[in-house]
This record gives sequence, structure tokens and C-alpha cells, in this order.
Amino acid sequence: MRVTAIAAGLAFAMSLSACGSGGGDDGDGGGGDNATPKYNAGVNNVFNPSDKKGGTLKFANDSDFDSLDPGDTYYGYSWNFVRNYARSLVTFKSAPGAKSNELVPDLAESLGKPSTDAKTWTYKLREGIKYEDGTPVKSEDVKYAIARSLDKDVLVNGPTYFNDFLDLKGYAGPYKDKDKTMKKFTAIETPDDRTLIFHLIKPFSGFDYLAMLPSTAPVPAAKDTGTKYKEHVISTGPYKFEKNELGKQFTMVRNDQYDPKTDPDTGRKALPDRIEVQLNVNQADIDQRLQSGALDVAISGVGVQAETRAKILNDPQLKQFADSADQARTWFTSFDNSVKPFDNIHCRKAVMYAVDKEGLLRAYGGSSGGQIATNMMPPLVPGSKKIDLYEAKDKPNGDIDKAKQELQECGQPNGFTTNISYRAEREAEKATAEALQQSLDKVGIKTELKAYPQSDYGKLYAGKKDFSTKNKLGLRVYGWGSDWPDGFGFLSQITDSRVIRDAGNTNFNVNDPEIDAMIDKALGELDEKAREPIWVDIDKKVMENAYYLPTVWARQLLYRPERLTNVFITDAYNMYDYTTLGVQ
Amino acid sequence: MTAPLETTGKTAEAPPEVTLQGAGKKAIEGRSLGQIAWSRLRRDRVALAGGFIIIFLIIVAIAAPLVVKLLGHPPNEFHYEKVDANTSLPIGPLGGVSWDFLFGVEPINGRDLFSRVVYGAQVSLLIAFLATLLSVLLGTIMGVISGYFGGWVDAVISRLMDIFLAFPLLLFALALVGAMPDEVLGLRGYWLRVAIIVFVIGFFNWPYIGRIVRGQTLSLREREFVDAARSLGARSPYILAKELLPNLAAPILVYSTLLIPTNILFEAALSFLGVGVPAPTATWGGMLNTATKWYQVDPWFMFPPGLAIFITVLAFNLFGDGLRDALDPRGR
Repeated sequence: MRVTAIAAGLAFAMSLSACGSGGGDDGDGGGGDNATPKYNAGVNNVFNPSDKKGGTLKFANDSDFDSLDPGDTYYGYSWNFVRNYARSLVTFKSAPGAKSNELVPDLAESLGKPSTDAKTWTYKLREGIKYEDGTPVKSEDVKYAIARSLDKDVLVNGPTYFNDFLDLKGYAGPYKDKDKTMKKFTAIETPDDRTLIFHLIKPFSGFDYLAMLPSTAPVPAAKDTGTKYKEHVISTGPYKFEKNELGKQFTMVRNDQYDPKTDPDTGRKALPDRIEVQLNVNQADIDQRLQSGALDVAISGVGVQAETRAKILNDPQLKQFADSADQARTWFTSFDNSVKPFDNIHCRKAVMYAVDKEGLLRAYGGSSGGQIATNMMPPLVPGSKKIDLYEAKDKPNGDIDKAKQELQECGQPNGFTTNISYRAEREAEKATAEALQQSLDKVGIKTELKAYPQSDYGKLYAGKKDFSTKNKLGLRVYGWGSDWPDGFGFLSQITDSRVIRDAGNTNFNVNDPEIDAMIDKALGELDEKAREPIWVDIDKKVMENAYYLPTVWARQLLYRPERLTNVFITDAYNMYDYTTLGVQ
Repeated sequence: MTAPLETTGKTAEAPPEVTLQGAGKKAIEGRSLGQIAWSRLRRDRVALAGGFIIIFLIIVAIAAPLVVKLLGHPPNEFHYEKVDANTSLPIGPLGGVSWDFLFGVEPINGRDLFSRVVYGAQVSLLIAFLATLLSVLLGTIMGVISGYFGGWVDAVISRLMDIFLAFPLLLFALALVGAMPDEVLGLRGYWLRVAIIVFVIGFFNWPYIGRIVRGQTLSLREREFVDAARSLGARSPYILAKELLPNLAAPILVYSTLLIPTNILFEAALSFLGVGVPAPTATWGGMLNTATKWYQVDPWFMFPPGLAIFITVLAFNLFGDGLRDALDPRGR
């Protein structure tokens, strides 16, 4: 998953809004006169459109990038920002709302051309693309960039999709192989300077999403310095690094070798002359500076803190500069079927019915923090459907009678005891655990709360199989965000049993051969219209078997200072698009 | 200075000891240390006020279920109707203060702050008293042994104290609480955590009291009454228990009183850092921790737990100071 940059204790910062990007605003999209500040003016609309160039765009980050190296980064905001200096084969279109879900060619002339079995994919690079030093970009450089990103011992942060899907035949990357010509790397062919042919180990209909990964941005082998490459990434985008003080700040200036004519599809605007990014700034300080106008964008994209959110929503003067952004993210609680009595489906269903869904939403800040989730896939994922099997709509405060009935069938008519784990630093998850405890108490299920540090939650605690079983963590509070807006990008890492490891899990609970088979079917399906229902079926299956208790589809509140132009929320990243912003 | 008249005036009001010995015929004979101290303490109104607050707090803590039943709601009960669903803030002025909710309610879930502060007193005082007891026991035993026997015993124990004093207690507590298994010696959950906190605070604070006791013992063991006892054939255990300990009672008592508020603050700090007593149990430090996140929009949330800690610590310190003055006026 794309990791969200939620610093410790900031978990509340998850969001806000009365109507959210999905509903409300009947904006007519772009153009027109959309320059008067108004709540949600940047949702589904380009707010303050402008083509005026110049000025300095100022970002601040409450923590630090995992890495500025496009081949070594997994934060959503980083994938958004990296497009200012790195061009991948394809990318998401810079457009407001759902229009951003469309993949468009960036370095490549067109989207990938698959073979009929979806195991071979071909891309052709555009002509005339150059690095910041004027040397032309070759297909070999893209191949090298992907090759180096395979080595998770050196570049540890990025996703492992290429490792999982390319037919590597044991190839482990140029650092281990010590051969920069990559003779053994046969999974990608480069018959000429502009063509790339990918050979996969299994069919993957959504391969264009992998071609979107920042790790496909070309890296000249001669300039690669391994882990130090992040100090000066060789730019292909509209900006290049001027000065880079790791962990503190960096500045970018225009890349004069970038030719907008080679970039007709992505919608990059490249308006400011300069970009400044400050790192490791206190989040409360960032919120203050946004409101005072000393800062333009909080780069992490997770929105303002809970208290700032309440302040903004209570003050119409501030509220007009805020946008509420729906997230392709679900907060949920995972059962542990290895902890008795949750091996019995009826005991899981008893919990599903018993919980006060409205109360759980309050834990994330009420309607400003999201909406009640009825199933796993959030509405922002294209093709997803609402599947309400446990009366979230009719009985939002829980159905005690149904829950007791299920307990009866489970053979635990008087309830039972179990534990609830949550990530200690996250206030909203603590509030969730407390709310769960309150509602379950009403049907006789007694619970104890266990807090574990979030940095090791997956590796050592809740996501470690034998730890969870031994400590009887029957209910584990967690959350998941989409890597990209489709069923695979959201569901695969939390429902495919083949991703389950001994520790460090993201799929905490689902081990169902039927679901695995359905995932394989979806991977091989080239037709998007036929593929989407398969993911909905998988979602439904998960709900029918009560493997997860979905609680909230997330929302957050973003603040847009007055001087920003071309502001809009992109559904692809669930935050402002960082390639179109300008300043007045 | 140049105010001979005033000086004379002051000498007229003789120090209490003089008055006591001079006036009243009964006063001359048979006043125990305790009686003298009590008569001095009785005249120290500030210390007495502190003492009364302490007694009041202890009663409230013990009678928490009753107090809450009369004046509040169960401490972990949610009151969603008292909180705005969109902003998560309490409805009404002063953080939702009303006759029904005397101190207002918590944001998000609307728990009764009055009840939580009252129940918080239980946790805070329990941990502080137990931890202090542990420190005092350990400190007295080690201090007396070290001071009385001297030589290599003293050297070893003194170095041990140095090591403990140099220990980064807070870091250790954080690590220990994080690394503790789920069940130790039959203790689980809440009680396990309380035991760990008591152990950490108590076990690592004994050298402070140990040093004071050692110093006192060093000077006491050279005194004539100890020599007399020894020449009459008394053995070490007898001398330790019957001759030295009664004379150490005053400093130990004073120091204990002053250690309690430190321990209350330490428990609050641990809860503040998230390694205190597990949720949803109310503790003052834990409440304050949550409140800091809301200070901009709901500043009232900070007052109940903050004032509770402030008043308790102040009361113990004032009482402890008064007690010291009463027991050992020269020790100022």
C-alpha cells in the first residue's frame, strides 16, 4: 500500500467535511469563474484556474520523504510530487476528481500494448526526451531504473510489484549482479533505443499501473550512485534539484531541457519558477503557517490536525479555504480466526451486528472524518459497490437482537472474552477500540484493550501470526489505503492468502482458496468492464464470511491558502495535484 | 541592622520551644517527640490545610463508586448526545459543563470528566502510595545497613546507589512497559500494568531515601546511647531495630510525604507518554495527554485533570514541608 505519512499522534488528522468529494458540489468542472473562495471549491473542480507563470511555491512536510529517489519511495504524496522531476512510462492524468483515475502516457507514446494472454507488454518511448544535462533518454535507462529498484536490500522502500510479476529467472538487480549491461535481466527487452518489452511470470491485465510506478522513471546507469542517488536525482521532468539538504529542505528550479511538447497528455502545468520544500516541520506549525499564508501546501496530504479541523469548520472565514477530500482508504478491524471463538463464523457475525457503526464513525471525527463503511472497497475505487450485509443503514447503532441470535448459534449465548489491539500513537484507533469495547459489552462480549507501537504493529505484534494467536488478539484495529484506484490496488494485499507471511502482514486474516482463485481470474481479465465485478464479488465474499469488520471510509480536510492557483483534489492521490499548482 | 528596638521586640516573643519549657508546669515533664511535633504542626495552618486536602482526596478515591453514583455517570460510559457529531466537540459552554456533568464531557465520546477525575484519583494515589512504600522499605533497609556496618558493605551499597541514581528512569520505564509480556506471575492487564509502574517508580527511587538514612545512621551510630547499648552487650539487630530506627522515623516520614507527589507526577508522566495504565481506565496523566491535543478548540478539557494533579501535588508538598518543620525545626 502507499503508506500515508501520518506522524505519531496525528492520526486524528484524518479529515473532514460535511459532504465530501463524492457528493454535494454540483461544480461543472474546470473553466468558468471558480475563483471565489468557497468550502469544497477544490473538490471536483479546478479552483482559481490560471496559466500565469512565476513565483515560488512553498511546501512543508511534517516528517521526511522515505526517499527522493523515484526507485525507492512508497508514500502517496511522494508519488504525486515526484512527477515534478521524474517521468514514468505512464501516469495519472492531472485533472480534478475522478478524471484523474485515467492513466495517460508520459514517457511512452501510448499505454502498454499487451499480448493476448496479458503476459507480454510493449511500450515505445517518445522522441526528444532529455535529461537535465541534455543527454537523450534511452529505453535501456528505463530498464536499468527498474532493475535497480528490484534490489530491496539497497533500495528498501518501494513496492515489490516488479519483483512479483516480472519473469526474473533469479536476476537480483545490478548491484548484486555487478553487470551494468544487465545481460541476465531478460524480463525486459530493449530491441532499440525507444522500445521496451516486458515479460511477466503470470498474466496481469492491469500492468499499466506498474508502468505508472515512479521506479519506471529512467536512471542513467553511469550516474547511479545507489542509495546516494536521492541526493541528486537526474531530472526528466519540468524541475531539477538546485540544492538538497537531506532531512532539512530542498529547492528546485526549472529544468531547461524539459520540452512541454514531449508532454502533451499528462496535464502538467509547471507554473512556479521555483519550488521550496521544508522537511520535518511540526504539524501544528504547518497548520498555522497555512492559515497565515506563509506556506502554500502541506505536502503530506493527510490534512490538518483534528483540533485545527474543528477550528476551521467552526469559522466560516476559514472554512471557505478548506476542501474535504474523500480517501481511497478504509479503516477496519480484522478478526483473528485462530483466536477462539472467532473460528466460528457466527461469533464474527455477532460482532458485525453488535457494533455501533455511528459510534465508530465518531472515533474518526464524525461525518467530517469519513462515512460509515459497509464493505471493504471504498467508493472512490472505480467499480466498487456498497454491500450492506449487516444493517449499517437500517440499524446504524447496532442490532443487539441479531447479535444475540448469532451468539446463540455460535454456542456462546452469554458472550465471551477477547482482546482488542490498536496502534498506540493513533488517537482515532484508540477511540475506535474504546467504542468497540462499549458496544460489545452490551451483548456480553468482554474485551481488554492492548496498545502496540505503530512502527512494529505489523512486524512484531498484530501482524505477526503467532504473536496474535498467543496473545489472543481477537480484534485488531487497522486500516488500508489503495495503491492505485482499482480493485487489485486495494484488495490484493489484504485478501490474497498468498501474501500472508509469518510476520509483517498486511493481510491479517483472509485465507480462503475461493478468494485466491477469484483474484487470479481478475488478474487475467483484460476487459475492465468484466474485471470490476470480479473485485466486487471478492469484496462481497469477504463480507459474507465476516473476515473483516469495515468501520469507516476515510475523509480529510485540506487547507488551500488564498494565493494558490489551479488547485484541485485528484482522486488518484486523494490530495491536491502537485504538478499543476501555481501562485498569484 | 540599625533597628535595635525591633530586635528587642522580637526577642520578647520567645521561640516556641522556650515558651513551652518556661510556661505551664506540666509541659516540662514527659512530652514525647510526637506531642511536640503535633503542637508545632497544629499551629502551621498551611500544612494543616494541605493535610485536610490529602484526607479529602483519600476519602474521595476510596468512595469513588459512591461519589460517582451520586454526582456523575459511570466513568467509561459514552454520551454521544453531549458531543457534536461533526466537530467532535462537547455541546454547550465550558466544555459541556452542566448540573448533570459537573466538569463537562470529553470530546468525541462524551465521557463524564467529573467521574473520570474521581476515578483517576484512585489510580494516581494507589500507585503513588505503593511506589513510595516500596522505595521507603528498600531505602531504609539499605541505608541502615550501609551506614551502620560501614567498610566494604557501605562501599558496595553506596556505589549501587550511584548506579541507580544515574539510571535513565523514564527511558527504562518506557522500554520495560513496551517489552512486558501479557501475563506475569498471574497478573494480567490493568493490574499487571499497575504492578509494573509501581515497581519501576518504587524500585528506582530508593537511593534518594537510602542516602538520607545512611547519613543519619552514620552520625547516630557514634552517639553515646548506641555505645551504651553496645557496652551492655546488645547485638547489632537489637541496636538497629530498637536504638536506631526510632530515631530515623522522623526523616523517613518527612521524606515519604515529599516523595508521594513526585511519584504522582511520575505516574502522570508515564500515562502522558502512553505507557501508563491501559485504556479506557481514567488516569490524570492520560486525560491530560488527550486534552493537549484539543487545547485550541476545547481548552476546558485540560482543567479538570490538570487542576487535580496541581492541587494534589501542592497539598502533599505543603503538608510535607510543615511536617519537616514540626519534626526537625533546625533542618530547614
